[in-house]
Amino acid sequence: MNRYPRGKFILLLVVLLVSGLYALPNLYPDAPAIQITRSEAGADVSTDALDRVRTALDEAGIGHEQGEKVGDSFLLPLSGGESQQAGADAQLRARDIAAGILGRDYVVAQNWARTTPGWLRAIGASPVGLGLDLRGGVHFTLQVDMDTAIEQRLESWASELRVILRDAGIRYREVRHQGETLLARFDSADDVDAAQRALRNKFMEFTSRRDGTTLRFTMTPEALKQIQDYAIDQNRTALNNRVNELGVASPVVQRQGADRIVVQLPGVQDASQARRILGRTATLEFRLVADDADPSRVAAGIAPPGTEIFPFKGEPNNPVVLRRQNIVTGDQVTHAQMGFDQTNGEPEVNITLDAAGARAMQRVTSKNVNRPMGVLFIETRTEARTVVNADGEEEVRNVSTKDAYVINVATIRDTLGSRFRITGMDSPAAAAELALLLRAGGLAAPMYIAEERTIGPSLGAQNIQSGINSMVVGIGLVLLFMLVRYKMFGLFASVALLGNLVITVGVMSAIPGLTMTLPGIAGIVLGMGMAVDANVLIYERIRFELRDGASPLAAIEAGYNRAFQTILDANLTTLIVAVILFAAGSGTVQGFAVTLFIGILTSMFTAILGTRGMAELVYASGKKTPTRLSI
Amino acid sequence: MNRTNTTPDRDINFMSLATAMGVLSLVVCIASLVLLGVRGLNLGLDFTGGTVLEVTATEEIQLEPVREVLSAEGYNDALVQYFGSTREVSVRVPPRDGENGDEIGHQVFALIKSVAVGAELQRVEFVGPQVGDELRDQSGLAILMAMLLMSLYIWFRFSNKFGIATVVALVHDVIVVLGAFALMQWTFDLTVLAAVLAVVGYSINDTIVIADFIREDFRSSRGSQDTREILNRAITRTLSRTMITGLTTLLVLVALYAFGGEMIRGFSITLIIGVIVGTYSSIYVASCVLLAMKVTKEDFLVPEVKDVEEMP
Repeated sequence: MNRYPRGKFILLLVVLLVSGLYALPNLYPDAPAIQITRSEAGADVSTDALDRVRTALDEAGIGHEQGEKVGDSFLLPLSGGESQQAGADAQLRARDIAAGILGRDYVVAQNWARTTPGWLRAIGASPVGLGLDLRGGVHFTLQVDMDTAIEQRLESWASELRVILRDAGIRYREVRHQGETLLARFDSADDVDAAQRALRNKFMEFTSRRDGTTLRFTMTPEALKQIQDYAIDQNRTALNNRVNELGVASPVVQRQGADRIVVQLPGVQDASQARRILGRTATLEFRLVADDADPSRVAAGIAPPGTEIFPFKGEPNNPVVLRRQNIVTGDQVTHAQMGFDQTNGEPEVNITLDAAGARAMQRVTSKNVNRPMGVLFIETRTEARTVVNADGEEEVRNVSTKDAYVINVATIRDTLGSRFRITGMDSPAAAAELALLLRAGGLAAPMYIAEERTIGPSLGAQNIQSGINSMVVGIGLVLLFMLVRYKMFGLFASVALLGNLVITVGVMSAIPGLTMTLPGIAGIVLGMGMAVDANVLIYERIRFELRDGASPLAAIEAGYNRAFQTILDANLTTLIVAVILFAAGSGTVQGFAVTLFIGILTSMFTAILGTRGMAELVYASGKKTPTRLSI
Repeated sequence: MNRTNTTPDRDINFMSLATAMGVLSLVVCIASLVLLGVRGLNLGLDFTGGTVLEVTATEEIQLEPVREVLSAEGYNDALVQYFGSTREVSVRVPPRDGENGDEIGHQVFALIKSVAVGAELQRVEFVGPQVGDELRDQSGLAILMAMLLMSLYIWFRFSNKFGIATVVALVHDVIVVLGAFALMQWTFDLTVLAAVLAVVGYSINDTIVIADFIREDFRSSRGSQDTREILNRAITRTLSRTMITGLTTLLVLVALYAFGGEMIRGFSITLIIGVIVGTYSSIYVASCVLLAMKVTKEDFLVPEVKDVEEMP
């Protein structure tokens, strides 16, 4: 029999060592901490404020460390808790205390401080991230209302079309959208011809069809997909900004499928606060006031063509008539900051627009000096409702309720450019909130919460504990069994199994963005139970060969060789299952799939290479050939 | 191949029970399908939508007052039950019209708090009806896809008869596991689904190991040998491995069941049933099908793939 090649021993040792190194940070779990950030962007946390927080924490008996500056914020690790539960409690209390002391100027959030030693951090090793079910937190799935996104886009295309036709001097009867098509109706065939000429090489997002004196524009699939992608991207960005305002540590904001966004906020316990901020879809629209509208008709609720009636904030009996067309909308706002008017001290919001917004604002205001402009505040809430449709069947529909009112009407004194301010807010707090909402970016389409999962921190701690308990008991039982059944070879298998665990944890820690969940732990535990399968196959084969009268070394050789193909076949199919689980599953199922996948690969590696290496070391490295095996 | 001295009479005559076991499997499968049709699965929140919350309290929670206060506030369709111990309850509220599902959870918690001392919210989950519907469709697809891909793999690696035998064994296992869930009305949620897929993986693993030995034995057999003898021989030779792997897997699953906490109890019970059924089916179901299809040495005369003999 050939001596086992040295290269394979080295490979084994290197793999074990490297994964051991990357698994090591898991022994230094993140410590609970509070993170203090100035509400005002870019400003530093003052030492005075920190001292006050430290003193208050000392008084409350919450242990803490010196802390360090991380980016713009300050991270204060707490040393209070012996158990994770106690740590989470201390963290909550510390947050409330700090928030109480610091007030509105600061955002205090729960966070985690790394306790990994510097040299481990230097090689990029970090503990595997814990999923929400293990550390507590809130998970949201938000559904983006694509119908509204498409409708909004069609509306703006319709007005674009009107402008083109008007500029070309073509008379049209009406331009409107119907479902996903845009209709332009004309009086005569000549007008249709002229319109088609004017639209040549424009409106490429549509395929047009002539239908008598009507032009029918149908959106191309590409345009449709573009709208969807834009809506998702824009909303994701807006959510990202809002989540940042919440000051959550390592949040996740991810697209899921065609029309959903997943938001995960680890450590957040106040789900209702998170929901308030995430679900808020407020935007501003700047529109001209239709000051020529007949007041008596307006009072009767009849809006002149091309206008809409809105209540004035706090004064429902004082309606304002606004032109339908927007000058600028909230998503064109690049910056918004709360401030105070220098003459009368009233709160105001200073706004900066992007280039397109600034151009539109300039064009409209220059033509309308001395006329009033209104600022419309729109808050949308969309929710799923079960309604009975025309066929008498129940179906789920997204119903959005819009709450729109005018917050400010001001006379245009001069041409406005990219920077201007709006006034008329009730209080500094209202101004600050409006600024925040504007800063956070407008939503391209309304969203509603399609799924929400909150796991309390104590349940998370309990889940970790039970996960670890079951792992220890399960693996312990398997090791014991293997030792009893296979003696020396059982020892090889046990060592391989533990090595397997180290490699699995190391690989999981090294993959960035991978989080450990409870099903993930179950996957590891199950993987351990099944990992011995390869060893069992090999060992049973060796025993069989020995019974058949083969010499010990020949039996080892034959056992490994003959079992290899079987192991390969058996494991490849399980890998297929893992891949399908990952592809088709979501959240928890994916966590399980990943650990199963990694577990199978590592178990094949350790069971085939590792245990054979040990067997060769013990039985084939000496000068004498062994006469019997301990199996 | 000089190891043919294991005399056939030392092999256990598994196949003498083939007909009986075949009938048994068929009966169990039909019973499971009937159960699924009549009682259906107790689908969890993941699939139905709605709101579920778990509350623990410092003292024992009385279910009746909780139910009363909930139904007084219009939640008479809420399902209130103990969860783990009498100080923990879970409440499930189906999705309802016009109301924001995620707010229901908090309203319900407020109500429970009014009747339970020291109530603490452990977990709230809300799933919209659309998400649930979608998941249900996706999951069915996932199971079908898993089966299809694996049978393709086996078809390719072994032969069409083995492909069919393995798929029949797989379908058998899935039906029986689902039947058990319909019978016991355990909650079937996403983690249970993951477990069902893991059962599929385990069962096929088991079947393939035996199939490997059957193939080997056919190839090394002298032409006269009876198919039953060869099946008996392959199953006997793999029996200790089948039992030991099943046992070690069961050991960890029982540990998971006992110590893993409520959240993965469904997961572990599914796999416990699955491993037992899967072990049985790899011995009897797959071989019964092979027997019924009259698999012969000729099915293996042409080696489909060259043996991978180069070893690490």
